[in-house]
Amino acid sequence: MKNKEPLILVVVVAFTLLTYWLVEPFAHSQMHKHVESEHFEYKDLPAVTKTGNAANGKALVTGAAACTGCHSINKESMPAGMDAVMAAQSYGVNPPDLSNVGAIFDTRFLSDLIKNPAHALKVEHKFDAAKGKMHPMVAFYGAGGDIDQEVADMVAYLQSIAVKPENLTPKMAFENACGRCHAMSYENWTQIGEKPSFKHKKDSLAFDIKVLEYQDSLKAYMGKLPPDLSMYYRSRSTHFLETFIENPQSQLEGTAMPRVGVTAHAAEKVIEHMADSADTKRHEREEVGTNVMWYTLIFAIFAFLWKRSVWRDLH
Amino acid sequence: MAHFTKATSVKDWLNQRLAIEKVEKVMASEYWIPKNINFLWAMGMILAITFALLLVSGIFLLMYYQPHVDTAFYSVNFTIMREVGFGWLWRHVHGVAASVVFLIIYIHMFTGIYYGSYKKGREMIWISGMLLFVTFSAEAFSGYMLPWGQMSYWAGMVITNIFSLGGLHVDGLVEWIRGDYVPAQAFLNRFFMLHVLLLPLAIMGLIGLHFAALRIPHVNNQDGEEVDFDVEAKKYLDGDKAGSKVIRFANDFMSKDMMVVGVYLIFFFYLVFFHYEFALDPVNFDPADGLKTPAHIYPEWYFLWSYEILRPFSVNIGLIAFGFAQVIFMLLPWLDRSPNTIPASRRGLFNIWFWLLLIDMIVLTAMGKLPPAGIFSTIGLVAALAFIALWVVLPFITKNEKKV
Repeated sequence: MKNKEPLILVVVVAFTLLTYWLVEPFAHSQMHKHVESEHFEYKDLPAVTKTGNAANGKALVTGAAACTGCHSINKESMPAGMDAVMAAQSYGVNPPDLSNVGAIFDTRFLSDLIKNPAHALKVEHKFDAAKGKMHPMVAFYGAGGDIDQEVADMVAYLQSIAVKPENLTPKMAFENACGRCHAMSYENWTQIGEKPSFKHKKDSLAFDIKVLEYQDSLKAYMGKLPPDLSMYYRSRSTHFLETFIENPQSQLEGTAMPRVGVTAHAAEKVIEHMADSADTKRHEREEVGTNVMWYTLIFAIFAFLWKRSVWRDLH
Repeated sequence: MAHFTKATSVKDWLNQRLAIEKVEKVMASEYWIPKNINFLWAMGMILAITFALLLVSGIFLLMYYQPHVDTAFYSVNFTIMREVGFGWLWRHVHGVAASVVFLIIYIHMFTGIYYGSYKKGREMIWISGMLLFVTFSAEAFSGYMLPWGQMSYWAGMVITNIFSLGGLHVDGLVEWIRGDYVPAQAFLNRFFMLHVLLLPLAIMGLIGLHFAALRIPHVNNQDGEEVDFDVEAKKYLDGDKAGSKVIRFANDFMSKDMMVVGVYLIFFFYLVFFHYEFALDPVNFDPADGLKTPAHIYPEWYFLWSYEILRPFSVNIGLIAFGFAQVIFMLLPWLDRSPNTIPASRRGLFNIWFWLLLIDMIVLTAMGKLPPAGIFSTIGLVAALAFIALWVVLPFITKNEKKV
């Protein structure tokens, strides 16, 4: 009698794969909006034509442009004027420390941000000066010279003090780019920083109250509390995260989340940090997986040999 | 009282008390299986092994899981996935096995339908098998609630809503099932109980019944040949192993089972480690939020076909169609009026019916996941009507089948 098993196997595998393809790749391609990556090029923003001078930039950042009125530059020993909670009560969100922004945010983006924050951040639907809704970050209107040159100088200064891109850690990128709005509780991160371990419960509760107060301001500013990102690496695809980070409006039109303007390199680091929280064991999984596959293969070979020896007498 | 003598060995000691040799014969070495079978007959063993994987991984998960709405998500995604050594492994094995077990159940079911293994004395095998399908479905659904993610919550909301029975508005029944107006603590607790106690007990009992139902009518074979098991077994025991039409369950059949199991485990562990998203839906990695409905709510893939029978109709008609789909498979031994217990390929119209049913259920599965709009909606409606029509015509096309 002809052996029908190969044909049966082909039929079973074919129907299984067809079903899989229909309910997974095909269904998901129909269910979700497809957004092409812009490769973090920020082409909608004007190109930077001037070469900046860091020394002039320093004078502007700390002087005429008044950046340090709201922003700290801890690296240069310029502390913030108020703590995170009070800053959030004043501005809606705690203004970022400028120590490493030069390494995390794109040059075009920073240049446009200084001149027109709501535009660079893509939140003009929320902040429209004509309607009296000013973005809490005051635009820089120039210090008397060529404004583009002045902006280039300031960006050059920020880039000169920032860490080298190769020294940018995933944690640093996440905390700077996302961490003032998003908590990451599995990494012990709150919007006002990492929660220290306190000896006394009273101190721990006092810290929690500060976080809650900060979150109240943030809620009023953003419309809702931005989600905790602990598990977002597992709940969203990498492609979604990339395209959402580079332009939140492309995936979720009208969202209050600003475009944060990270470089491609910094975005990679942010996503790596999200993976470190949500998929901590991914390296172990691959290693164990490979070993288990070898073990199972050897088991299958022995099972096959056993079957052959048993069935030798049966045919 | 039985007569006991001084035991000559441990085996003898046990033999006098438990008759282990007799048990071994009845259960394994003289449990006769037809030789004329293919690898599809190994699906039972694969199911048993997958169930064992579910049970063992479930026991490990149970040591750390916390059935509380405030801590369930955390205990799964932080404690088990990050803190507990190999907790991630047990969760992946459990999640993937829960999905793959349905693939094997469907292959097992369609094998039964194709070869007519529900006819002439094998009705109880079919019925106990369908009861297992129902309890496995309940087990899968209740387990899906436990991580308390977005899909847990919203699938729980949608499925329990079905019990309001549409136009009858039995909202009290829905509240009774949930123990609350919405899925909340009472809901999570009772589904936890169902998942880890009552349903596994029912499944184990039904597996016993399923095996027992197989004893008297024996296993079917791939040509629908009527085998005289006593005669063939004697032939085998007399030494004509090659000429006999039957083989021992162990080691003869078992060795083939294990060969198929080996191939299956390669596939299974590949999914566990490298391709698990289909079983661990990303949406369920967002914590449950009663104020945030996901853009798309869909059940796991193995429920999609019956979900799609519910969906394209108006509420009341949809519920009737859904109820029909749930019970109709159970009635198959009586809806198939043919006197033949042979493979579908030799049964004319029934052969066409079999492949149409298979394709229709795959179409329903696909449409059950796709957004119910435009062309998908129409295809879903046609496929749902086709499903009902196929079952309505089954008695008529099989009644006139000639005896072969």
